[in-house]
Order: sequence, then C-alpha cells, then structure tokens
Amino acid sequence: MDFQPTEDQDDLRAGVRDLLAGRYGREALRASVDTGTTVDRALWRELGAAGFFALRLPESEGGVGLGLPEAVLVFEEAGRALVPGPLVATHLAAGVVPGAAAGTAVVSAFDLGGPLVAHLGEADAVLGASGVPAGEPVRSVDPLTPLHRVAVSGDVSAYREEGALLTAALQLGSALRTVELAVRYAGEREQFGQPIGAFQAVKHLCARMLVRAEVARTAVYAAAVTGDAGEVAAAKLLADEAAVRGARDCLQVHGGMGFTWEADVHLHLKRAWVRAEQWRTAAQAEELLAQELLGAAEGAVPVG
Amino acid sequence: MDLTYTEEEQDFRARLRAWLAKALPELPARPSPDDWPGRRAYDLGWQRRLYEAGYAGLHWPVDAGGRGATPTQHLIFLEETERAGAPYVGANFVGLLHAGPTVAAEGTAEQRARWLPPVLRGDEVWCQGFSEPDAGSDLASLRTRAVRDGDDYVISGSKIWTSHAEVADWCELLVRTDPGAPKHRGISWLAMPMDAPGVSVRPLRTLAGSAEFAQVFLDEVRVPVANRVGAENDGWRVTMVTLSFERGTAFVGEVVACRRTLGELARTAKANGRWDDPVLRRRLGRLYGEFGALWRLTQWNVSEAERSAGGVPGIGGSVFKLAYSHARQELYDAAAEVLGARSLSLEQEWTLDRLSSLSYTIAAGTSQIQRNIVAERILGLPKGR
Ligand SMILES: Cc1cc2nc3c(=O)[nH]c(=O)nc-3n(C[C@H](O)[C@H](O)[C@H](O)COP(=O)(O)OP(=O)(O)OC[C@H]3O[C@@H](n4cnc5c(N)ncnc54)[C@H](O)[C@@H]3O)c2cc1C
Repeated sequence: MDFQPTEDQDDLRAGVRDLLAGRYGREALRASVDTGTTVDRALWRELGAAGFFALRLPESEGGVGLGLPEAVLVFEEAGRALVPGPLVATHLAAGVVPGAAAGTAVVSAFDLGGPLVAHLGEADAVLGASGVPAGEPVRSVDPLTPLHRVAVSGDVSAYREEGALLTAALQLGSALRTVELAVRYAGEREQFGQPIGAFQAVKHLCARMLVRAEVARTAVYAAAVTGDAGEVAAAKLLADEAAVRGARDCLQVHGGMGFTWEADVHLHLKRAWVRAEQWRTAAQAEELLAQELLGAAEGAVPVG
Repeated sequence: MDLTYTEEEQDFRARLRAWLAKALPELPARPSPDDWPGRRAYDLGWQRRLYEAGYAGLHWPVDAGGRGATPTQHLIFLEETERAGAPYVGANFVGLLHAGPTVAAEGTAEQRARWLPPVLRGDEVWCQGFSEPDAGSDLASLRTRAVRDGDDYVISGSKIWTSHAEVADWCELLVRTDPGAPKHRGISWLAMPMDAPGVSVRPLRTLAGSAEFAQVFLDEVRVPVANRVGAENDGWRVTMVTLSFERGTAFVGEVVACRRTLGELARTAKANGRWDDPVLRRRLGRLYGEFGALWRLTQWNVSEAERSAGGVPGIGGSVFKLAYSHARQELYDAAAEVLGARSLSLEQEWTLDRLSSLSYTIAAGTSQIQRNIVAERILGLPKGR
C-alpha cells in the first residue's frame, strides 16, 4: 500500500497549477467577474489542448488515457483557481459530445436535480438531454455561474458518481485555497499591535478549516482510487462541507474586508454553494451512506 | 496513490489472521473493570502471547528488540487485532506506544537493554508522569523538583491524571532539574521505579465511575542519575519525541472499532424502528462517511511515514486527533439517540463508551492545544504575545 501521489501525479498537478496560474490568475478571475465572461472559449480550448477534458479518454480515441486519481488532482487545481464554466460536464462529455474532448464544445448537464441548468446560454450541448433546451434566465447567486430555468428535465444518472467525485475535487481545491487566503490575511493584518493570526480565536478558525480540508482530501483521493459509490458520496459530503464552511470561516477572518465585492472570498463561497447542489446533495449523500452502512451491517461483511 | 496491499503485506495479514483465530479462543475471561490486579495480569498475559508469537513491538526497531516492521505492517496488525476482537493494548499502552519508543530513540545501550525487553515480554508496565496539578496544557511549567545528590536525583512533587499508576512498575517522569533556567530548558526525562520509597499513589475516580487514573505523590524519592534518558535539562526535546509517538499511532484500532460500532448501531436502529427517522438515519450515514474518511486518513499518514525516513511520526497526528476525537463523541451521542432512554443504563453496552469518549478531546493534549499546534506548526501562524 502506498496511498501517496506518485511522481507522475505530482508532476501533472504542478503542471496544471502552473498553467492555471499563468492563464487564469487572480487578475483574470476578477476581469471575468467585471466583464461577465462566464465561459472564456479561448481558455476552454487551451484547457482542451492541455488534456483537461480528454484526460480519461483512451489514447486510442485521442485521449490521455489516465484515470480518476489524475482527474481528481487536476480538478482540485481548477477548483483552487476558481475556473468558471461547466468543467465537470464537459469532461464527462468527452468522447460522447463532439468537440468536448478538445474543448471546442461547452457542455452543461442536468446536474442540479431541479428545473435549473447552469451555463445553459453558453452550452453547445446538455448532458442528459438531446439538444439544448430553451430556458428563462434567472439571476444567479454566483456571478460566474449563470442559471436558466427550463421546462424539461433530463436523466444524468449514468454520470452521477463521476460527476459527484469531480465536483468534490473542485470543492476540495477551493477549500484548500480558502485556508491559504485566511492564513495569509491573518499573518498580515494587524490589530491591537500584532497580527490577528496571533489571536487564538483566529488561529482556531484556521486550524478547523485545515482539519476539514484534510479529511475531505483523503476522502476524495480514496474515492478516486476505489471508485466505490459510498466513498464517492462521503467525498462529496465532506468536500462540500470543507468548501462551504471553509469559505465562511475565511470570510470571517477577513472581517469587513471579507464582506466586500473586492475580496475573492465571496466568489469561493458562492461557487461552493452551487457545487453543493450539483450531482449529489448532502442529504442524498447521507441517505446513500446510511443504506450502505445498513447493507454492510446486515450482510456478513464487516463494516470495517 | 495506491490502496492495494502488496503480496508480502497480504501474506503478513493472512498469517496474523490465522494466528489470531487460534490464540483468541484460548484467552481467559476478561476481568471486571475494577479488578486491577486481574486487568494487569490479563493485559500482560496477552502481551506475552504476542511476544512468543513474534508480534511484540512489531513497529520497534530491530536493535531495540522489535521486529522492524514497516508502518503498513503495523497498520495491518492494529487493524486485524481489532477486527478479531483481540484485547486492547490496555496497561501496556505507555510502555509500548511511547515510553518504549522514546527509550529506543533516545536511550543508551544499557537503558535499552534494561527497559525494552520487559515491555515486549509483558513483564513490566509503564505509566506516564507528565501532568501536574498546576501544569496541564502548560506542561513546561511543571514544578516537580529533582535535586542532584551524589549518583541520585532526589525528587519531590506531585503528578496527576496518571493512567494505570496503580499497576505500573515504571513511570516516565518529567522533572525540573534547573529551576533557574527558562521553563522549557530546565526539564529532564527520567525512568522512575514505582516501588521506590516515597512514591504514593492515590486513585482518582473518573466520571465513568472507575479509577483509571491517579494522583502520584513524590516525597524525596531517590532515582539514580543513570535513569535519565537524554541529557540533563534536555527533557523537553525528549518529551516532544514521546508526544509525537503518542499522537501518531495511538488510534488505528479504535477507528476500526468505531466503524464496527456504527454497524451495530444501524442494526439496532433497524430492529427498534429508529431507522425510520430520516434525521437519525442521515446522521448515521454521515458518521459512516466520516469514519471511512478517517480510516483513509490513517492510511494516508502511514504511507507518508513509510516514505519519510526517521520513524518519528509527523505532526499530521494532530490533524487526525482533532478530527477523530470529535467524531468519536458524535458517534456515541448518536448511539444514545438510537437507544433512547435505554442509553441511561450503565448496563447498556455503549453508555460507558459514551462516558469515556468525553476524555478524547482532553487527554494527550486538549483540542484547543492541538489547534494551536496545527495553526502555528502546520499553517505557520504567529505565536501570541
Ligand atoms: C483520561 C485521561 C487520562 C490521562 N492520562 C494521563 C497520563 O497517563 N499521564 C499524564 O501525564 N497525563 C494524563 N492526562 C492528562 C492530560 O494530558 C491533561 O488533562 C491535558 O493535557 C489537559 O490538562 P489539564 O487537565 O490540566 O487542563 P488545563 O490545561 O487546565 O485546561 C483546562 C481548559 O483550558 C483550556 N486551555 C488551557 N490552556 C489553553 C490555551 N493556551 N489556549 C486555549 N485553551 C487552553 C483547555 O483546552 C481546557 O479546555 C490524562 C487525562 C485524561 C482526561
């Protein structure tokens, strides 16, 4: 057993981090908020060229031929950088929808469980439906995730596990990023003659954020390695919590600054709220886990 | 990232399983919690069985009498013994999990030869004399004095919350050897025989009703200078080694046990109708997910330890301890919800566990102290003034 990233996996992650830092750093993020550019087609194609969407497609079909563990590391980086757009749906559509693998198509999905679809206006296809349904725009809480209300619904059950896991990876990246943002601010901002990070109340907020993120991290990685439905549900549950609560705590550490449009914290929180509704909600994950628990307990298989 | 076990590791697991299947049915009945001599005999008897079968001190270095097993083998050992329902490490906890490893890492050849084999053979029990009535979280403020007199230290003071003090032969004792030095610099780490004249033990009742720990009074106790591990006044550094062992490896078996308990809870809830309550059901589902993740975190930490040389566990143990101690309390609160009023009976299986889980966020460093450690040593936040 060696439950640590291989050298290749570390390299892959570092490569994606570099690419995103250069191509979608903080300035670019803020620019897309200012201009309302929710999907940057050029960036989408660049991600496609870098293998982001075709990562798990077999090499014989023009893909990179890697697996879920690699995909999870790459999505974690995208979550850290807060890259907008239907990354998960487009990745899942690679090999199914023409152009998805290369990033020339933008694919959304019926992953919100209800009448809302994200990024419908920019979508070339929607997973779970034939064609792109018509929709009424509704104002979205997340400035970089536009929402439409549609009259039809679609079946995405075939994509549910992988969608939930990759979304959990995005949440994980965001959670780890908010720990960094909070720690950096706590080390710089001074009150009462010392950095606020020297105050225990602030320290403990940060420590709690890290603990939640670290538990979520192992859950996400383990689910990627085993592909087990229960582990995927646990990963989604724990990563949603790490992202949402992490962003809230980060906002608190930033004080009044945290409540401003200028600080990036609200972008992490709002996106985390969106993702928490995608593919598998906390309630659904808990129900699924409860059934797995009972199944294991009633069968001869030890729960351990 | 690989969660499959190598052939060698699977072999090891299979042999261990076969041995456990034979050894466990031959064990005598468990003594009652208040029968201290009985508990000591039971725990040491099990240790002796492990020793004879070659499983004692699995994770200890070979030159300390251990088996030099890899962290993964140690993980498998803890997992399998817990699954099979083997006795808990019990009275051997301090000797095996932190005093022993500390002597192995920091002791002289004579000290290793004197103290390590009896721990492995199940002949001697150790306890931990760190905390004092006025020095808990602020351990470095301890005041128990050791004054040099010829080849001895003469020790006076008091230790508290000393688990298993009543049945221990040895105590890993922290004493102040230089009262003039800054508080972290004047401390030494000694091995004190519990039967030395001047040592008296007063059992303290825990909230669970039993006397799991004690106050230890030290009245001019003479301990040979030769019993000091590490240099004089260098005890704080030695202590940090001890504590990292305590936090790094202590809970593996317990995570397995908690997952088994969750299964039993689900069955109980199904049988008594509580399972139909969606709020409770979801709570159990969430705990199942959490304990699954904690098990994976254990494997993650073990893999990390395996890759890093040195063998002293890292501070990632603090992250684990924080998450685990709170989850464990949640688990037994959920158990009470499954049981309803029956949870009020001390005869009920999970009631004592619920009570004992209350110590998990206190013992071995409170959650507040662990958060300070995480914030300052992992996240690099500044120390307060
Ligand atoms: C079951 C059990 C077994 C034990 N066994 C042993 C043993 O075998 N040997 C041994 O030496 N010790 C043992 N201990 C002692 C244990 O290590 C201490 O209880 C623990 O370190 C806390 O110290 P304290 O009890 O003095 O509490 P205190 O330090 O007085 O703490 C009281 C409260 O104040 C908080 N607090 C204190 N300082 C700070 C701070 N700087 N910032 C924020 N909050 C703070 C604490 O978190 C806690 O909530 C045991 C304890 C228990 C419960």
